[in-house]
Amino acid sequence: MNIYLPIAEISVNMFLLLGMGGVVGFLSGMFGVGGGFMMTPLLIFIGVPPTVAVATGANQIVASSVSGVIAHTRRKNVDFKMGLMLLIGGVVGSTSGVWLFSALKALGQIDLVIKLSYVLFLSVIGSLMFVESARALWRKRRGFNTSGTAHKRKDHSGWQHKLPFKMRFRRSKLYISALLPLGVGFVVGILVAIMGVGGGFIMVPAMIYLLGMPTSVVIGTSLFQIIFVTANVTILQAATNQTVDIVLTLLLLLGGVIGAQFGARAGMKLQGEQLRVLLALMVLGVCVKLGFDLMLIPDDLFSLGSDGGA
Amino acid sequence: MMTMVLSRLVWCLLFFFTLPSQDVHGAESDEIVAALDDHVVAIDTSFSGSKVLLFGATEGEGDVIVIVRGPSQDEVVRKKDRIMGVWANNDEVVFSGTPVFYNIATSGNLKEMVPATTRQRLELGPDYLNTYLSSQSKGISDLKKEEFWNALLRSKKRDGLYASEATQVKFLGKRLFRADFFFPPNIPIGTYLVYVYLVKDKNVVSSQITPLFVSKIGAEAKIYDFARRHSFAYGIIAVLIALAAGWLASVIFRKK
Repeated sequence: MNIYLPIAEISVNMFLLLGMGGVVGFLSGMFGVGGGFMMTPLLIFIGVPPTVAVATGANQIVASSVSGVIAHTRRKNVDFKMGLMLLIGGVVGSTSGVWLFSALKALGQIDLVIKLSYVLFLSVIGSLMFVESARALWRKRRGFNTSGTAHKRKDHSGWQHKLPFKMRFRRSKLYISALLPLGVGFVVGILVAIMGVGGGFIMVPAMIYLLGMPTSVVIGTSLFQIIFVTANVTILQAATNQTVDIVLTLLLLLGGVIGAQFGARAGMKLQGEQLRVLLALMVLGVCVKLGFDLMLIPDDLFSLGSDGGA
Repeated sequence: MMTMVLSRLVWCLLFFFTLPSQDVHGAESDEIVAALDDHVVAIDTSFSGSKVLLFGATEGEGDVIVIVRGPSQDEVVRKKDRIMGVWANNDEVVFSGTPVFYNIATSGNLKEMVPATTRQRLELGPDYLNTYLSSQSKGISDLKKEEFWNALLRSKKRDGLYASEATQVKFLGKRLFRADFFFPPNIPIGTYLVYVYLVKDKNVVSSQITPLFVSKIGAEAKIYDFARRHSFAYGIIAVLIALAAGWLASVIFRKK
C-alpha cells in the first residue's frame, strides 16, 4: 500500500516505512543510540531527498528517545545533571549546525559532507569500540577482570582533569570539569544537524572514554539529552529549510517506538561487551558501504540540483 | 461562436496556404479540437502517479502531435569529479526556463511529419527544447553547455519527467483520436499546458492549448501549505507529536 509523502514529495510503500521504523527502533532501544545513523542512509536509499531524510530523521529520534529515556529513568539510569550540561552544549552546537547545513546546501555540497561525515566518524568510532570491546571480551573469557575499572583510574591523570569549572556528578560518581560535557554536547550537536542522527554513536563512546562515566548511566543520559537536541534541530530545520515531513515521521515512529521497547528489553539481557561488539560491527558495516559508494565511479557524473546530488 | 472561429480559420488558411502543394478541398477546414478527461491531476495521500486521457477530433485527415509541458524553472546541473579519491560535485551550470515536465505523443513518425525547422520552432520533443543559460552561467563554451544540457535531459528522462520516446496518439477511425499520458509520482505541482497540433502535408495547420492543473488536495495540501506558511509552528507541532507518541508508547508498554 503506497502513501504519498507531502514534503518529501514521493510515493512510498507504507509497510516498508513501518518496518524500517521498527527495525531501527529496536536497535535504538537496545544500544541506546538514536538509530539515526541507520535511518538516514536507509531513507536516502529508498529515494527520500537527503535534506528531508536528515530533518525528518531528527524528528523521529525525538519520539524513540522519549520512550527509551522513560524506560531508563524507571531504572534510575539517567544522570540529569550531566544531561543538562551536555544539552546546553548540544543546543548551541545544533543551532550552528543547521546554519551550516543551509550554507552547504546552497553550495551543492551538503550530500558529500553528510556522507563524508558518516565515513569519518563511523570508521573511527567503530574501530575504537570494536578493538576495545573485543579485547575486554577476550580477557573476560580467559578469567581476567573486566578492563572497566582499570581504564577509569588511568584516565584520572589525563588532560581532561586539569580543566577548570569542576562539577560533581553524583549519579555518575564523577568530579570533572563542566567544560567537558559542554564541549562533547556542542560537537555532537553539530553532527545532529548535519547528519540527521541522534549522535548517540559518538555521545556514548565519548561519555565512556572521555568523561569516564559508568556504562550503566551512559545510555539513559545520552537519550535524555538527545530528545532536546533533536527537538531543537527539528524546529530549526522546519523553520529554515522546510524539510520535516510529518507524515513520514509518524510512520517511522509508529514502528520505531514499538521496536524501541523490545530493543530496551533485549539490551538488558546482553552483556555490555557483547553489546558494544555488536554495535561496533554495525557501525563499521554502514561506514564501509558509504565509503565504497563515494569511491566508486557514479552511474552518472551529472546530477540535477533538485536531486541534491545524490 | 464555433462557426465564427471555423470560418475565420478557413479564410486565414485559404489566404496563407493557397500554394500548389496544398490540398484545399473547398470548404473543408483544418480544425482540431481536443479535451482532457480531467483538468486536475490531484495529488492525495494515495497518489502513486496518474494517467490523463486526452481525446479529440480533427476536421479532415492529418497527423496529430500532443505536447504536455510543465511550468518552467531554473535547473542546476552539477558535475562530479574525483577529488582525493571521492566523487564530489565540482562544476555546475544553471539553465533557466526549463520545463519541469515534458511529454510528447504523436500519431506517426515525427521526423516524417514535420521538417526540422518546425520541430525546433515548436519545441517538439525534449531534444528540441530551447536552452537558456542563466546569468551566472553565461560565457561557458558551447561544448560545455551541450554536455550539461544532455546530462539534464538524461536525468529528467530517467526520472520519467521527460519523454524518452513519443507515445502513440491512437486514431479511432479517421477523425477521432486519443492519447494517454502518465504522470509519475514525483511530478512537480503547477499549471501545465497541453498543446495539440494538427499536421497536414508537413505543416502545422491548427493548434489548441488546454491547461492542466497538477495540485495537492486534502490533507496533503493542508500539511504542505502549513509547512510553508507557518514553518516555525509546524516544527513545534512535529516535536510535540513525536513527544506524545514516545510517551504513549512507553505507557502502553508499561501496562503489559
